[in-house]
Amino acid sequence: MRIAIIDESAARASVIQEGLAAIDDCELFVVTERRGLVARIEEIGPDIVLMDLGNPSRDVLEEYFVVSRALARPIAMFVDESDDESIAASIEAGVSAYVVDGLAAGRIRPLLDLAVRRFNAFARLQSDLAEAKGKLAERDVIDKAKRILMDTRSMTEPAAYAELRGAAMNSGRRIADIAEAVITAHSLLGGAK
Amino acid sequence: MSTELAIGFLPLVDACLPILAREHGFAEDEGVSLRLVKDMSWATVLDRLLYGHSDAAHMVAPLAIATTLGRGRPAQPLSVPFVLGLNGNAITMRSELAAQLRPAGQIGDPATAGAALAEISKVRMAEGRPLRFGVVHRYSSHNYMLRYWLAACGIRPDRDVEITTVAPPFCADALEAGEVDGICVGEPWNSVAVERGVGEIVLMTAQIWRRGVEKVLAMREPVLEVKRDAVERLIRAMRRAGRHFVDPDNWEQNAAILARPEYLDGDAVLIRRALSDRLLLAKDAKELHYPDFMFQYREAANFPWVSQAKWLYTQMVRWDGMEFNPDDANRAARVFRPDVYRSALLGTLDPLPGASSKVEGSIAGPLAVGTQQGRMTLTSDRFFDDQVFDPEDLSGYLSRLP
Repeated sequence: MRIAIIDESAARASVIQEGLAAIDDCELFVVTERRGLVARIEEIGPDIVLMDLGNPSRDVLEEYFVVSRALARPIAMFVDESDDESIAASIEAGVSAYVVDGLAAGRIRPLLDLAVRRFNAFARLQSDLAEAKGKLAERDVIDKAKRILMDTRSMTEPAAYAELRGAAMNSGRRIADIAEAVITAHSLLGGAK
Repeated sequence: MSTELAIGFLPLVDACLPILAREHGFAEDEGVSLRLVKDMSWATVLDRLLYGHSDAAHMVAPLAIATTLGRGRPAQPLSVPFVLGLNGNAITMRSELAAQLRPAGQIGDPATAGAALAEISKVRMAEGRPLRFGVVHRYSSHNYMLRYWLAACGIRPDRDVEITTVAPPFCADALEAGEVDGICVGEPWNSVAVERGVGEIVLMTAQIWRRGVEKVLAMREPVLEVKRDAVERLIRAMRRAGRHFVDPDNWEQNAAILARPEYLDGDAVLIRRALSDRLLLAKDAKELHYPDFMFQYREAANFPWVSQAKWLYTQMVRWDGMEFNPDDANRAARVFRPDVYRSALLGTLDPLPGASSKVEGSIAGPLAVGTQQGRMTLTSDRFFDDQVFDPEDLSGYLSRLP
């Protein structure tokens, strides 16, 4: 089976590719370049095309599939009505699948399930990354606020941290929020240099 | 407690009404909370609508009909209770081609420019490199307007010129790379191409059909029934947004809202050009005021005329090579829902026409029409070739078209 993965995000494409590589009897082609997309697909002659839903070229590709109905290997969006559930899952995950006419649903389903899992895994990776970045930024903010307290009130570092934590507990807010407030107040009072 | 409605959209200026209804609090005033879902292709906007990620969507009008008739995907009946606007698109061509079609610095005349283009297309055919145009979707008003104009000028699409799909954000690139000779696209993408110096605006689609239906608010028919009350509130909120949109005092502010990253993520200066009907035809040219370039509010701009749905069906028959089928024509006609629009606005100050269908292209000058409520004067709705579309005689109309 020849599978084309079209994704402008090379990182996501490789996560999908890695996942699908486990399937027997599959040849994978990754297309990340937008230019010449249709010509490239024609060249590949895929049985299945996977494309991320955020890709602006979906309309271009779908038009090509409609026009190519006249060709030997027509491709349609995978919309076997009996399989609404798996389409819903794929849209939830952000992937669309196009399949050559006549390919058995039994062969498509496991492949699509796998693609969906890889898309979801990638989305989780991204949100973990965003969370980690957020945590790093928070630590910077807290460090800065501690420094302000240490300088202006001649506190030790543990005392400054205890002060921030105490204020957070008393007001039911997060330490990072209190730290931000300290920094803002400090700069409003002309303390920022 | 307000009801939430999720609305899918593409980052285009004519997604303005739901965006402004949300941003100015008009929807909240009506007890509807709007969640706007941005996508980058019509295919994805449609998928989200069909699989329930959105309740309603900003959509190219022909796509709502194509989906109902099962073109490209299994048929699912869609309903259009509100038209988001008329026209607002332009045809932008590579500069050396534009220069051969109209006097420099002026907007073209559709018949004259078309005649000149017909000659050029013959030369290009003979050279074995036919003219190529880009449109944003197979089932878009852009495609039908461009084809209407070309065919009426003796240029047969798919035989004399090629027409292909290009995603709006890549239109300027495609012109620059010479992949296409011209594009028919909505704003801000003509202005983006002009600003980059890769093309010049030759025609506005409003010159081809003065009152051509453009984007619609589309919903799945069963969803419309379930959420009918919220949809009627949304319609009232969008009428208010339209009133705000056309007021020159608000252009600056509304352009800035639409330009935000979560909406068009674009340049407020270019967006303002479209809102104010004042475009630059070429880089560094003077602003040209073309009244009703966009038409989002006045007269019956948002009224879903059944005759317009039928016109779209005739164009689908024409360009998809379908057999004319009276059942399909009826299903297409029923997509537009003037009954919902009327019910939403009955008892408000918004005027409602008496009829739900009209002979398109038959109004030459201001015409006071019979109404259900209020007073309404319609102005010219002519096609540039003076053809008239009688919604009671579709096959007759089709047989008269070139």
